[in-house]
Amino acid sequence: MTDFSALAVGDELPTIEKYFTRKQLVAYAHASGDMNPIHQDEAVAKSVGLPDVIAHGMLTMGAAIQVVTDWVKDPTAVIDYSVRMTRPVVVPNTAEGVLVTFGGKIAAINEDGTIRVDLSAVFAEQTVLGQARALVRLPQ
Amino acid sequence: MNHDMIGHAYPASQPYLVTPENIAAFADAIGDSNPIYRDADYAKSLGHASVCAPPTFPIVATMSAMEKSFHDPALNMDYSRIVHSDQRFEYVRPIRVGDKLVVTTVIEEIKALGSNDIALFRTEVTSDDQPVVTGWSKLVVRGDDS
Repeated sequence: MTDFSALAVGDELPTIEKYFTRKQLVAYAHASGDMNPIHQDEAVAKSVGLPDVIAHGMLTMGAAIQVVTDWVKDPTAVIDYSVRMTRPVVVPNTAEGVLVTFGGKIAAINEDGTIRVDLSAVFAEQTVLGQARALVRLPQ
Repeated sequence: MNHDMIGHAYPASQPYLVTPENIAAFADAIGDSNPIYRDADYAKSLGHASVCAPPTFPIVATMSAMEKSFHDPALNMDYSRIVHSDQRFEYVRPIRVGDKLVVTTVIEEIKALGSNDIALFRTEVTSDDQPVVTGWSKLVVRGDDS
């Protein structure tokens, strides 16, 4: 088990690397019900001024919280989670896809026993999520 | 957009039944192999009644509920110009297999920013009339000159 007793503000959680592929975007579209063609069809994406197909912002949000849920083990410890989707993750039609790196840092240890974790998501050396914050109630 | 619609609540959505298959497909799609999303025995070992859903799973029910309001002529929202800019979930309890999610969508705020409209939708999710999670989705509707 993770030892939560020695936590300090500023501590960093282990980073996670994920590769987003076109195949995964199709899987996410079906699993989430978001069938917007800008996430699947290159021609449609380019017709609205995007460089190529982009990942669903909600896929990036869903992937980022794994930094917290892997750390606490029980994902239901997350009691509040918010993000701003600031930049798109552009996904070319290649087998390997594109790398997105997710990180987390302890931002606050609250008197009620909850922990605030600030998350980051980086694609092509730029952050794609802003103000990404999770409030966690640690397992007793 | 019609700013007079601020505060308007749409009728509750049809129930969305949460199945093991739907949770597993969502967890696969976000690339998360945590067994709590697939293995009922493991979920029970952590004190849960059954397999639980990932934190962003509520979007499956809330987005389709919101989409109904996007097409409401009274709201006058150009669906082709929407960008989802912010999302928040405040959880009351985890979503589990067997839940029947019902979503009530409320237009919490509409603000003009330049030629854009920024709309904040609140989605209140219940199962068997008990609160499960509240979502907030901020959508930017781009104006003609942006």
